[in-house]
Formats: sequence, C-alpha cells, structure tokens
Amino acid sequence: MTAVVMARGLRRDFRLDDRPSTEVVHAVRGVTLDVAEGEWVAIAGPSGCGKSTLLNLLGGIDRPTSGVVAFRGRDLSTLDDGELTRFRLTNVGFVFQRFYLMPMLTARENVELPMAEAGLPRDQRAQRASELLRYVGLGARERHRPSQLSGGEQQRVAIARALANRPVLVLADEPTGELDARTGEEIISLFRMINGDGAAVIVVTHDDALAAAARRVIHMRDGAVVASAGSLPDDGVVRAGA
Amino acid sequence: MRWTLAVASLARHRTRTALAVAGVAIAAALLLDMTMLSSGMRESFRALLLRRGFQIRLAPRGTLPFDTEATIPGAADIMGRLRTITGVSVVSPVLGAAIHIPLADRTITSFAVGNDARVQGDYELVTGRDADSAGDMVANAEFLRATQRGLGDTLRVATGYDPQLRAFSGERRLVIRGEARFFYLSAGQSAVAIPLATLQAMTGAAPQDRVSLFMVKVGNDSLVEPVRRSIQRSESLVDAISTADALSRVDARLRYFRQLGAILATVSLAIGFALVTTLVSVSVNERIGEIAVMRAIGVSRQHVIQQIVVEGAVIGLSGAVLGLALGQVTARWLNSILAHFPGLPAAIDFFLFQGRAVWTALALFLVISIVAGLYPAWRAGSLPIARALREEAVG
Repeated sequence: MTAVVMARGLRRDFRLDDRPSTEVVHAVRGVTLDVAEGEWVAIAGPSGCGKSTLLNLLGGIDRPTSGVVAFRGRDLSTLDDGELTRFRLTNVGFVFQRFYLMPMLTARENVELPMAEAGLPRDQRAQRASELLRYVGLGARERHRPSQLSGGEQQRVAIARALANRPVLVLADEPTGELDARTGEEIISLFRMINGDGAAVIVVTHDDALAAAARRVIHMRDGAVVASAGSLPDDGVVRAGA
Repeated sequence: MRWTLAVASLARHRTRTALAVAGVAIAAALLLDMTMLSSGMRESFRALLLRRGFQIRLAPRGTLPFDTEATIPGAADIMGRLRTITGVSVVSPVLGAAIHIPLADRTITSFAVGNDARVQGDYELVTGRDADSAGDMVANAEFLRATQRGLGDTLRVATGYDPQLRAFSGERRLVIRGEARFFYLSAGQSAVAIPLATLQAMTGAAPQDRVSLFMVKVGNDSLVEPVRRSIQRSESLVDAISTADALSRVDARLRYFRQLGAILATVSLAIGFALVTTLVSVSVNERIGEIAVMRAIGVSRQHVIQQIVVEGAVIGLSGAVLGLALGQVTARWLNSILAHFPGLPAAIDFFLFQGRAVWTALALFLVISIVAGLYPAWRAGSLPIARALREEAVG
C-alpha cells in the first residue's frame, strides 16, 4: 500500500518564548510513521504529548526542527511558503476542535472559501458547496451563519469546508472535543463516510469512541509514539521515537 | 471573496467601524477644507479680477486700487495715450467716492463709483437700464433697501457733508435707472454707479480730471506683460498692476493661511492614518485564530494581506467620501462667516470647491488608508500558523 504521508525522525522543539536563553520544549521527538492512502489513523495520548504538533507537521502548517515529512513521496521541506500553502489548499483538509468558521460568512460561503482560493469559478464552487453541505446533512442550512448553527452543525460545515478541494488527506484535531456524545457520534459517522469515500484521515483525539472508529490508533507520550494498535500499512511500521 | 471577507469583517463590529469611518470622515473633511483653503482664495480672487476681462489695473503710484483716497490727474490724456499702445483694447476709468443721501428722517452714507457705463467692469446690471446719462445712476439691492427707493425714483445725492453746518455739498438729483450687482464690495455694502463726469463734477475732481483707477483690457493674453511694462515706462503717475502681479501680492499675504492649511492637512492625514491602523490592528488581533485557520486551509499570505489592506482601504474610502460631503458643508458654513471679513470683496471664496482639490483629498486618504493597513496586514500575513493555533487553543 502506498503511503500518502510519511514521517521520518520528526522532531519539533519550541522555546517558551523567542529568547534564546529560555527553556526548550521537545514537543515531538523522533516520530517515524507512514499513513497509507485511504487509511484512518487516530493519534491518542494525554494533553501536551505532542499530538497536535505532529498533526501540524504532517499537514505542512509547521516545519520540523529535524526529520522529514513527505507527501506522496515529495519532501515538504523543499517547498517554500507559497508552495506549502498551495499544497495544503489542494491536498489536505483540516478540521479543528473549535470549528473556526468565518462568522460573517454563511455556511455555503465558508465552504466556498478554499474553492475560491483555488480559483474555481463562482457557479461551480456554489454548486459544489451545496453538494458538500447536503453530504454532511446541512442542505437546508446553507444560508445560515455560524452563529445560527449548533456546535455539531458548525463542525459539519467545517468538515464540508475541509472536503472542498477534494483532498486525499483529512487532518482533524479533536473534532469532537467541543461536542456532546450524541453529536460526537454523528461526526464520527461523517468521518467514517469520508474515509469510506477514499480519503485518508488522521484524527488527534481524546475521544475513545472516535479513536475506536479508526483502523489504527497511535499512542503518544512526551512527544514520542509509544504504541500502535490496529491494522498497519503493508510496508509501514510505526516506530517509537527516541 | 477577499472583498466579501473584508467588508464582512468590517460589518462584524458595525458601531466600531462606523465610529472609525466617522473619525476618518472628520479628518478627511479637515483635509479637504485645508486643500480648498490653500488655493481657494487665490483662485477666487483671480476669477474676480478677470471677471470682466480686465487684466491690468492702474493705481496711483505707490498704492493698490482703492487702497487709499489718492487719485490720478489728467485721466483723459492718460486714456488717450493708453489707447495708442499696441494690444490695448479697452480702457475703463473709475473714480471712487463716498456719497450721502439725505432722506426725510436720516442721511444714508454709501459708496459711489464713477465710470463709463459702456466699458465699465465694476458691476453687472440685474434689472432696469444703465446709467448712461448725466442724471442717472444704478444702485445695488443694499442701497435700494437702505433708502427704501426703487427704479425710477429720484434721490438727492451729495459727495460732501459738513456736520457742524449740517450742509451738503456737491449735490445732484439723480434718477435710479437700474439695479446692479457690484463685484468688489464687502458683504452688505451699499453702492451706486454714476457716470464718471457727473461724479467728477460732484467731487470737485473735474477740473483736474481725476480718477482713482484705470482698468485695461488687452486683446491677447500674451501681450499683457509687454503692455504692462510699456504703461509702467510711459506713465510716471501710476503703478501698472497685472492680474499676475496682484495674485503674487495676494499670495504673499496668504502665506500664513497656506502654512496653517498645510499643517492642519498634515495633522488630518496623521489622524486618518492612526485611526485606520488602530482599527485594523485591533480587528486583526481579534481574528488571530481565524486568520491562522485561513492560512492553514490554504489561503495564501498575499490574499490575507490583500484582505486586510482592503479593510483599511474601505474604511479610508468610506470616510473620505463622507468627509468630502462634510467638508463641503463646513466650507460653506465657514465661507458664510468669512464673507464678512472686513475689507474683502464678498465675492471672494475662502474655500473654493475645485475638482482637483477633491480628487487630491480622496487620493491622499486612499493612499494613507492603504499604507495604514499595510503593517497590520503584514503581521497577519506573517503569522506563524501553528503557534497561533496553539495559542488560540490554549486561550
């Protein structure tokens, strides 16, 4: 099975502030993993263990201190800021815990945003936004603003936005973190559907139900992968970091 | 989409945006007024001087027209010589004098110009006919109101009055033939125009054929300066002042106005800049998470910067457009106050509406607003995405 995203020896260090004298936090310590096309991986672990940082590195919104992230074999470190932005726009869908919809735009306009950025004509993006909102069960709410939607509905809109440019990889950071259990179940179903339609999904979660829905669960502690459970890609091995 | 996002972002905090736009509008109004003030009075004065096409004025040597009571003797001889100069097409002699109108219960004091109705450049006839016979006069509305007389009425008009003897001198009975609007009078000043010979006879200026001023029209504008120099060389009793000379003298006198205008215009631009920068910076700071997410989902740095710059430009442009209207209103109000400025013709506008001034003010504010939005826009575009998201999540 081909890896859609591959990480080798990933490290990410932060200083607590920008002064060189301050303490360095090793958020991610030598993680190596492969995620196959169409796979669903959950990354679990206690707060502050580096899950979100790893997700950001895999999605190209942060750069590693050392190590390599490759997307379909292409090393992301070779991309400049503009290329990396374009890469995220066209290949990766992001879903965040706090939804982060543009509050002044309607649900449909929020979904249209990445398509507009990708240069899709207005009529085509309006049509696809409507289709995506129907896909996530919000066909009747496309003219509503985020403030007129429940938390679960907002997250559905955020998922539709993530799918706008037909990404092969969907990254979700605690997507059920702000939702009640029943709404969380609906979102899990949605991820199951997205994964079933062929996109690889990586979710960072504390939610056992969401982690259980994944085909593979990676456990992290102190910035390193400490365990992995579930089916592994044919040619991929998860290795614990140093 | 960037315009939609920019306008929608501004619409999120309507009151705050409205207040910022109002602040920019006030600053823009001030800028417009100062721009109008810096050139308005000069342009208005120029238009006034050239209203009837006279480009040169001859005043008694060492004076400005009607600056003193000095007069020029030998008017007919001078006119004869002036008419021989190549390029001179019209010469209009003018004598100014105070006049007294004894009425049944009071005496009105007014101002009279003596001139030749056929070539005069002091007034325009509103109604009736011109004062082209020895016993005629035309008067302005203020004069008619003060005397409570109308066209066709006859008035006793004197040029001298001895308060101890209570006796008038230089008295004539003149018929009001027409109503006129005078160009060079202060607001509310009453005046009449009388044939030059009549006024000379009334004032005692006739024997020496005295006048206060000549106005000279030159057929071709390119000949104005050569004609002026020629007059200056040949006429020792007069100063020949062209419109350009008069304007340069006005310029010198208005230097302080222009300096004040430049300072206030700079202050207004600085205020506009500070308002836009502050509002856009606050707006960006409030939306760090949103901006980080926009960048994360693939919105380019340039597009984020453009959106924020557009926000600043929209505030600046809206404020500038409102400010132009506000500036017009305040300019008219200030003009109405300054129209009563002592010694200045009421026709002079301190704040003259000029298309160039409006476009200059608009363009300056637009540029300032764009520049003001650049720093917060650059900050938004340079946001470290992962760190901003992490801090938002923690916050």
